[in-house]
Amino acid sequence: MADSTAQLSRSRDLDKLLLRSGHLVGPNFEPGPELRDDLQQYARVLVVGAGGLGCELLKDLALSGFRNLEVIDMDRIEVSNLNRQFLFRLEDVGKPKAEVAAKRVMERVSGVNIVPHFCRIEDKELEFYNDFSIIVLGLDSIEARSYINAVACGFLEYDSDDNPREETIKPMVDGGTEGFKGHAKVIMPGVTPCFECTIWLFPPQVKFPLCTLAETPRNAAHCIEYAHLIKWDEVHSGKTFDPDNPEHMQWVYSEAVKRAELFGIPGVTYSLTQGVVKNIIPAIASTNAIISAACALETLKIVSGCSKTLSNCLTYNGAEGLHTKVTEFVKDKDCLVCGPGVLIELDTSVTLQKFIDLLEEHPKVFLSRASVTHRGKNLYMQAPPVLEEMTRSNLNLPLFDLMDKIPKDIIHVTGTTSKSDKKMSCLRKLRVVFKGIDGVTDMDTAGGV
Amino acid sequence: MAEPKTKYDRQLRIWGEQGQAALEKASICLLNCGPTGSETLKNLVLGGIGSITVIDGSKVEVGDLGNNFMVDDSSVAKSKAKCVCAFLQELNDAVKAKFIEENPEALIETNPSFFSQFTLVVATQLMEDSMVKLDRICREANVMLIFARSYGLTGFVRISVKEHTVIESKPDHFLDDLRLNNPWPELKGFADTIDLNVTDPVVHKHTPYVVILVKMAEEWAKSHGGSLPSTREEKKEFKELIKAWMIAMDEDNYKEAIEASFKVFASRGISSSLQQLINDNCAEVDSSSSDFWVMVVALKEFIANEGCGEAPLEGSIPDMTSSTELYVNLQKIYQAKAEADCLAIEQRVRNILKKIGRDPDSISKTSIKTFCKNARKLTVCRYRLIEDEFNSPIQPELQKYLTDEDYSVAVGFYILLRAVDRFAANYNSFPGKFDGEMDEDISRLKTTAVGLLSDLGCNGSTLTEDLINEMCRYGAAELHAIAAFIGGVASQEVIKLITRQFVPMSGTFIFNGVDHKSQLLSL
Repeated sequence: MADSTAQLSRSRDLDKLLLRSGHLVGPNFEPGPELRDDLQQYARVLVVGAGGLGCELLKDLALSGFRNLEVIDMDRIEVSNLNRQFLFRLEDVGKPKAEVAAKRVMERVSGVNIVPHFCRIEDKELEFYNDFSIIVLGLDSIEARSYINAVACGFLEYDSDDNPREETIKPMVDGGTEGFKGHAKVIMPGVTPCFECTIWLFPPQVKFPLCTLAETPRNAAHCIEYAHLIKWDEVHSGKTFDPDNPEHMQWVYSEAVKRAELFGIPGVTYSLTQGVVKNIIPAIASTNAIISAACALETLKIVSGCSKTLSNCLTYNGAEGLHTKVTEFVKDKDCLVCGPGVLIELDTSVTLQKFIDLLEEHPKVFLSRASVTHRGKNLYMQAPPVLEEMTRSNLNLPLFDLMDKIPKDIIHVTGTTSKSDKKMSCLRKLRVVFKGIDGVTDMDTAGGV
Repeated sequence: MAEPKTKYDRQLRIWGEQGQAALEKASICLLNCGPTGSETLKNLVLGGIGSITVIDGSKVEVGDLGNNFMVDDSSVAKSKAKCVCAFLQELNDAVKAKFIEENPEALIETNPSFFSQFTLVVATQLMEDSMVKLDRICREANVMLIFARSYGLTGFVRISVKEHTVIESKPDHFLDDLRLNNPWPELKGFADTIDLNVTDPVVHKHTPYVVILVKMAEEWAKSHGGSLPSTREEKKEFKELIKAWMIAMDEDNYKEAIEASFKVFASRGISSSLQQLINDNCAEVDSSSSDFWVMVVALKEFIANEGCGEAPLEGSIPDMTSSTELYVNLQKIYQAKAEADCLAIEQRVRNILKKIGRDPDSISKTSIKTFCKNARKLTVCRYRLIEDEFNSPIQPELQKYLTDEDYSVAVGFYILLRAVDRFAANYNSFPGKFDGEMDEDISRLKTTAVGLLSDLGCNGSTLTEDLINEMCRYGAAELHAIAAFIGGVASQEVIKLITRQFVPMSGTFIFNGVDHKSQLLSL
């Protein structure tokens, strides 16, 4: 390549990394213009979340050689986003984040195409997620991370020796921040720990015992939670509290003030009330920028092999001096999410209905209202009603028949499960083996997905 | 314009209105607005920094469109400073944004007094020679300075300030100030009014652990000639004694007392770092001393006199199982003591001010109160002149880094980041800038690096071929993701310096984008 054209190219700087060979690179690195072109044409990246991290990620990825991006987020823009979510302006308040973010990046970086999805992550078909080369997570909720993690791990297949099949690995890069701190994590399902393997890293949320709130409040937060969790229901029977309704928030605040005065407790403010009730996590632009940049860099490295990849978790703490640390966590080999799947042995006569009932009591699954999918085919869907009606007749058929009489195979079930009193959507991978079938063939010969 | 309180809500929860006010007063100068500089400013503009001045003499090239979000197709051939500045202004209309189309290197040479108008200068992508000159200028003018540079998959951030003092250092984990083993008369008196033998189970399980531990520590001291548990056996025994007071399994207050018993074992008096601070040379004040050091002198006097070896009491207590009444009363006792201590310090501050010929009221009561509340957490950061580091890095540290496996890549990048500037000075371009000269550049860079190491007194030390090769591969590329990371770090440090909250980084941060094993080097 002539030097003069290099200076004229948009990928002037990136080309150094993608077109030149190196010694500190990934095992599959094949430098050359084809790599750059493949990245532009074939790599498809999904960004989950268009908030503080998501905005940065879209920008970083668009300027790291990717041209096919999609972003999913169910939220609309609020004023309190503007101190860090740099793709949004005051006049955008109220608009869907995903749509505005996609539009802004496309306006500035020509050649990049970003498809926005203004919906919940659960609203998408599972296959939607399978379409991407890699999924990057910029989320602030543990539940949402768990869901995407389960979806991505759901695509993973194991061979007969229980080794992950490489072509089914859906890599993820997960970022998270709080104040001056953050983390970036690379997840290769089946190879490195999935989100669920290391979920213990997230400290449990502080919850006050109800008796403290009701009988022995000691600080401002106790007074606020009393107003929010106890007094509200006493006074507004049946009406649910809406944290986004300023009148509701104002009511909780004034009740908290009254209670604090009664007990001689200082410190109740409107800002603290919002913070406690909405569990607001402080967030600043710089930390989001740092973590997103690390995530985008790892995404580029995973897809292109142009350098070593992070193995496997980076933590950043800028609150006391500056500390960065790389920790290599190990996979939980019994993980229900990224492991080979919960083994369920069944008689060939078990009907789909009976199977669904069984999942509710299964000690490792505990899944109610399950929808069941086999190799992309919906065997039974709880919703929407149209699908439910279409698949209802399957309930009385033996699962073995519905699975085309394959003696051993993977099926996916989605439903609800309760975790520490909280209901959440959940996806599980199950290995179903039918008893009494001779010559159980292994999954490879039974045909790929 | 949006209600700033709502717009900045998520950051006000971190640095409060005082921190925000400091940001809004600050004026920042940026040298070079490539992606590293642009990203640094972006994060500051969003947070509501007072004013920015972007200085860059270059025109936007097509190549810039691939790594800098602040320029777009319509910017090509226009002033980069102008385009970047216009985009930054779009992000926040509360910020005063201006640009100067001039080469920063030339400005450093020709107009050193220019920089004295700023609170802080962010200098990005500067060559060593200009860094050294700018550093001297800013030191002289008392302007804070941060260097940031992205280079391939590596880069650095380095603060240069003569002295930065922090009152609100806000550490994550810090032992609370409860004085369980050294109670003042009011606390002891309060504990005396409470009987642990109380038979009412509800009262028994609502006695706060502070009271339990004060009483138990006193009892122990009485039967052990005035000393507290110190050996492992004694500590175990002490915990057993607490446990013996429990009358039911569900008494959280006693469980908390056992868990918190280490606070009884902690040593009395001030920490060694605070001791070092009050013995600092700056703790000899005159009329030119900063408020911080005036208050440190007052603190030193307090510790030696009415404090009886202790710093002023912080005054807050953690949440603990307790009846509301006992908790609130306990809180009041701690607050009263903190206020009394603060008053004593205030008097000393006023006297010192008078003595050094300043207005005795020139330090506000609020400032003194904040100082007292954070007295145990005071932090002083000092940074060497860049020139000193470059010419005579701290030898034992450098030797350690060169031989320590955890540091070898980071220190290798450090050497090479300096070597590429020497290389460029000799050969008029950075190594690997042009495809056809790779092999030659690799051997030249190696020679340059070896020469540099020898100048630094590290004869015999070598860098790996892999790393030298890697550095040439980078060809001085400024990659967006790296620039965003480095810029993010730089802006976070700017915020800490300007708000005077939290502790800024020490030393030179070397970013290692290969495996993220970045390091801080104290040279």
